[in-house]
Amino acid sequence: MGFFKLGSMTMGSLFKEPSTLRYPFETKEPPAGLKGRIVNDKDSCILCGACMRACTTGAIAVDRKGRTWSINPYRCVQCGYCITVCPKKCLSMNPHYSEAAREKKIRIVNVPEHPKPARAKADAAKGVDAGAKAGEEAAAAKAGQKATAVKDAEGAETNGAAGKDAAEN
Amino acid sequence: MGKQTIIPFGPQHPVLPEPIHLDLVVEDETVIEAVPQIGFIHRGLERLVQTKDYNQFVYVAERICGICAFGHSMGYAETVENLMGVEVPTRAQYLRVIWHEMSRVHSHTLWLGLAADAFGFESLFMHAWRLREKILDVFERTTGGRVIFSVVKVGGVTRDLDDQQIDYMKSVFADFRAEYTKLIRAFLDDSSVKNRTVGVGTISRADAVNLGMVGPFLRASGEPYDVRMLGSNGYGELEHFEPITDDQGDCYARIRVRCEEVLQALDIIDEMLAKLPAGDIAVKVKGAPKAGSEACNLVEQPRGECYYYAKGNGTKYLDRMRMRTPTSQNLAGMAATLKGCDVADVNMIVLTIDPCISCTER
Ligand code: SF4
Ligand code: SF4
Repeated sequence: MGFFKLGSMTMGSLFKEPSTLRYPFETKEPPAGLKGRIVNDKDSCILCGACMRACTTGAIAVDRKGRTWSINPYRCVQCGYCITVCPKKCLSMNPHYSEAAREKKIRIVNVPEHPKPARAKADAAKGVDAGAKAGEEAAAAKAGQKATAVKDAEGAETNGAAGKDAAEN
Repeated sequence: MGKQTIIPFGPQHPVLPEPIHLDLVVEDETVIEAVPQIGFIHRGLERLVQTKDYNQFVYVAERICGICAFGHSMGYAETVENLMGVEVPTRAQYLRVIWHEMSRVHSHTLWLGLAADAFGFESLFMHAWRLREKILDVFERTTGGRVIFSVVKVGGVTRDLDDQQIDYMKSVFADFRAEYTKLIRAFLDDSSVKNRTVGVGTISRADAVNLGMVGPFLRASGEPYDVRMLGSNGYGELEHFEPITDDQGDCYARIRVRCEEVLQALDIIDEMLAKLPAGDIAVKVKGAPKAGSEACNLVEQPRGECYYYAKGNGTKYLDRMRMRTPTSQNLAGMAATLKGCDVADVNMIVLTIDPCISCTER
């Protein structure tokens, strides 16, 4: 039996740093490995559709004819299963807390046509990094890729007719 | 002798984190009978097993419940592994145990906070939830999610722990333990808590067993039954395991059992982290469960024993997946415990069985 058993803890809390953040003035740094939105490295994607078939919620759509890969962020539950099935390992998660969005939009990625495998190997030998956007443009021009690739080389994932959307999930 | 009246309790009620409805038949201030009614949040998840293949269903299984998310994905994956005869690497089994015990810690501290809130001890509620946040942070750093983790797959787990993460976990758990030990003094020794819980909602051991109760509700009545003591899967690697029991069977006993189970879970995590073996974290699973094959599995969820059953049909889609959740086992016990109690104690009693209606209704 006793009284005021929580006293020391409560008193101690008076002199400690607060446990909460003053959101939105302070925000938390997302830890490495946090689940976040699915990003497709469009330069490696071969539009095979494995991710679309694997996705539990049907969030991904792959259009081979139109050369687009799209994801509905409102259906994606960030389970990461698509990442594990992708044969080219081009999907990844961007550690990131979702901001609020104003509209429901489907994120569409235009996938450029890829040079023939032999050519791609030669590019790799030259040390062209798929992620380095500046080098990529030059490589694309060298490899004689179609204009779509050059257009997409800024790394922008075009968002339907509405253009880029920073607030997308 | 007063007149009998029916007081509806729930599905929306300040002490209820999830919707359950009780018709309380009261006479004066005493509950004569309690008739539970569920079915407010049925989502038909079991049926989904026929449209999602056995790998995809892991992600459905873990959404059965937010608090025992890890337990359900593990329980389901183990059932399918039994069905297909898959041997999971030891490291993956250890990791599963670690994350499952962390879920128990976060579930019990969440519950302790809710219990404190139910008996009106707001600062205790805040402290319990503040501590729980530390566990959620560990989850976030090790699995990438705070509540839904998606780290289990059929054949193992999808993420590994590196040395840095293990050190980080050890230091957080050491801090957590120190603060938690202080926190439970308020639950176990404070007279205001005892006044509200000792001798309230008592159920005898014989009744608890006859009504098929499970989990801390059963153990608080003195029956030493816990699935972990069967030593299946990763739990077989533990040096020693003894269920925590209490023989009083009242609300206080249920609080005490849960308070101590958190410490026990922390011990298990420490032991598992200390002897985590090297090796693979998953094996490749190919093929599909054979037609007509059946498997079952038991998992000790934070709320008690959960039973899983799966039946294959030769395709990647299972024929049947069934879960019997701890709360559905405990509802009969809850109705029995409520008989004869004061109306003012109903919320404490309902809360001390820790009902998880999302699991129950799936
Ligand atoms: S699985 Fe990978 S390569 Fe295939 S369509 Fe999806 S992202 Fe592209
Ligand atoms: S993370 Fe899961 S839900 Fe999201 S797109 Fe990939 S498979 Fe679908």
